[in-house]
Amino acid sequence: MKFQPIDQFAATLPPDKRASVYQSTKATHEKRTKLLFDQFADPNRLREIAGGIKQHAIENLDTLLPRVEAKLKANGVRVHWAATADSACATVLGIMRARGATRMVKAKTMVSEEIELAPYLEKHGMEALETDLGEFIVQIDHDHPSHIVRPIIHKNRREIATSFEREGLGAYDDDPGTITRRARHFLRHKYLAADVGLTGANFISAESGRIVLVTNEGNSRFCLAATKCHIALVGIEKVVARDRDLALLLNLLGRSATAQELTAYTEFISGPKAAAQPDGPEEMHVIFVDNGRTEVLASECREILRCIRCGACLNVCPVYRQVSGHGYRSVYPGPVGAVLSPLLLGKKFPQKADLAKASSLCGACHEVCPVNIPIPDLLLRLRHRAKEESVPSPGTPPMGAWALLASQPTAWKAALAGGRVLNYLPAKLLPVPALHTWAATHTLPPWRGGEFRKWLRQRPKP
Amino acid sequence: MLNAERTPLTGKRVQLMATCLCDAFYDDLAVATVQVLEHLGVEVVFPEAQTCCGQPAFNGGDWAASRKVVRHTVKTFAGDEPVVVPSGSCAAMMFHGALLEFEKEPDLPEVEALGRRTWELADFIVNGLGVKTWPGRFDATVALHRACHTRGTGSSEAAAMLLRSIAGLKMVEFGEGEQCCGFGGTFSVAFPNISTAMGDLKLDHIRAVKPDVLVSGDMSCMMHLGGLAQQEGKPIKTQHLAQVLRDALRGGVASSG
Repeated sequence: MKFQPIDQFAATLPPDKRASVYQSTKATHEKRTKLLFDQFADPNRLREIAGGIKQHAIENLDTLLPRVEAKLKANGVRVHWAATADSACATVLGIMRARGATRMVKAKTMVSEEIELAPYLEKHGMEALETDLGEFIVQIDHDHPSHIVRPIIHKNRREIATSFEREGLGAYDDDPGTITRRARHFLRHKYLAADVGLTGANFISAESGRIVLVTNEGNSRFCLAATKCHIALVGIEKVVARDRDLALLLNLLGRSATAQELTAYTEFISGPKAAAQPDGPEEMHVIFVDNGRTEVLASECREILRCIRCGACLNVCPVYRQVSGHGYRSVYPGPVGAVLSPLLLGKKFPQKADLAKASSLCGACHEVCPVNIPIPDLLLRLRHRAKEESVPSPGTPPMGAWALLASQPTAWKAALAGGRVLNYLPAKLLPVPALHTWAATHTLPPWRGGEFRKWLRQRPKP
Repeated sequence: MLNAERTPLTGKRVQLMATCLCDAFYDDLAVATVQVLEHLGVEVVFPEAQTCCGQPAFNGGDWAASRKVVRHTVKTFAGDEPVVVPSGSCAAMMFHGALLEFEKEPDLPEVEALGRRTWELADFIVNGLGVKTWPGRFDATVALHRACHTRGTGSSEAAAMLLRSIAGLKMVEFGEGEQCCGFGGTFSVAFPNISTAMGDLKLDHIRAVKPDVLVSGDMSCMMHLGGLAQQEGKPIKTQHLAQVLRDALRGGVASSG
């Protein structure tokens, strides 16, 4: 029997990896929920309001993007537009070459993972060093992030200590404090030597042109403290209309992502350093990245562009907890990834259409989403699109014959009677693959087809 | 969250949507539903032509097939009476799922109208009829599995309220109660490894609190969990809420099935 790729991945995932993903996501989800409900009278109402703010922004990108561009320019920032991953990467490379730069320090940004910037720059002779601890470990291991907030949720400290030893960062020591100190020592020198600092943006305000960055390690601040050139990669959906929208969004982001009231560092960046300021980048670039987003906006799943990348839907998702991130074959895993990843592929949608099936539609993702994205509805729309485009779906039973039966009462009643064969024949002798799968792990209840209708007919009238 | 706006109740006559699961496997649950409703003075009508709510094809993405079944259901449940369903997921199919697949169809208003008068059983008893306590007696320790499809509706709280009010019944809460059991319809056969792993985790949590009976408003979750437990050689007793309510009226102990 052939099953879905994610299911096969889950079946081969080592138990210790599954356990560490489960423990970590469960703990974060529980802390998140407690914090929100302890501190706010009605967190669900806040999620709805935040969803409204982001929905308004994405539906008005046509006016907000020119507005933010004008603001950024007035603030002394150079603005670039990149329709594709390739053009975004080429723009970064062009900026570096124009400055004669060869060394970049990077803060954590999902969009740089999405456009595969670091490998691109390395291919062109540039150094692009990850400075977020998790991303740094992913980079030295030539691995991929498996969670949008915690890239190394799939690794334990013994694996990390082994990697550090291999990279010459010190003899094997799996004490987390030692690992962190060694990474810090290594990175501090790199910051000082770098030419360019690259960040993403959690939000960008059309009102002021301010870029907002949240981190817990302070690495984005170091990236900007020592370099002369700041490049910010910004997905076009990161724009919000007003500065005051940030109050609610930041309050929900920290709580939803890491169960913090606010992250340790929240930076508001208004442009390159002013003449009166002693240090900071003298040159600043913002590259707005589309890379499929306009097409998502035009689709029936545009609500997914509200996403603020908190990872709460990954943490609560029972499927993500069984699979971990790599099973999704995408930069964006979990429920949000199951919607966003196939959509961002545009015409190559069928390559990842299976992701939308990897859900029991339990709705936990919608319940925790800080911007109230109806993820199960979007998954259903994508399943429908996959069916319309005749994308094969291993293990999913065909529904045509069932629909015929279920719209013909006479045929339905005949099937109810005929099902009795299940009580006499082993399931594996019947030509129904779904039944074989089910019966391999479940005892079937006895078939009682039509018995209720018989009871109704025969009982004394009430 | 869910589209669960309801037409206010007027009379005390309802149409019973028994679900395909009861039609095929769980006749006693459908019988119990009738008996519980009749105990409340509700007249129960069973439209003979009923089949299924259309959910399997809807979830599988085959909306054309699903709409065929939903149209049949709309025709079968014509009229103004509330439609009561002893299943949260079938009820949610009528008041939420079907609206998605009909949003561009000319007969959307008819589908919406059926959705507005469709009630999950516990929601109907507590929030529709205003019945908040249940008479009789049920001497057992009960764990309630809160089924996922009625997240955002009053169903799970309604079921818990009724159970807690029954004399002799002791409710126990288990860990991670808000997590899915892993059934998910065709999900369970397309993703069998993930589905059974989710089910086993749920069973671990349930067994840890040692209930006499595991109860739910959705028998499909019970078919999954009960079937898994039995195959593993460690069976657990499962019942639908309607069966517990009916057995309580008889003053007794859990019936079989």
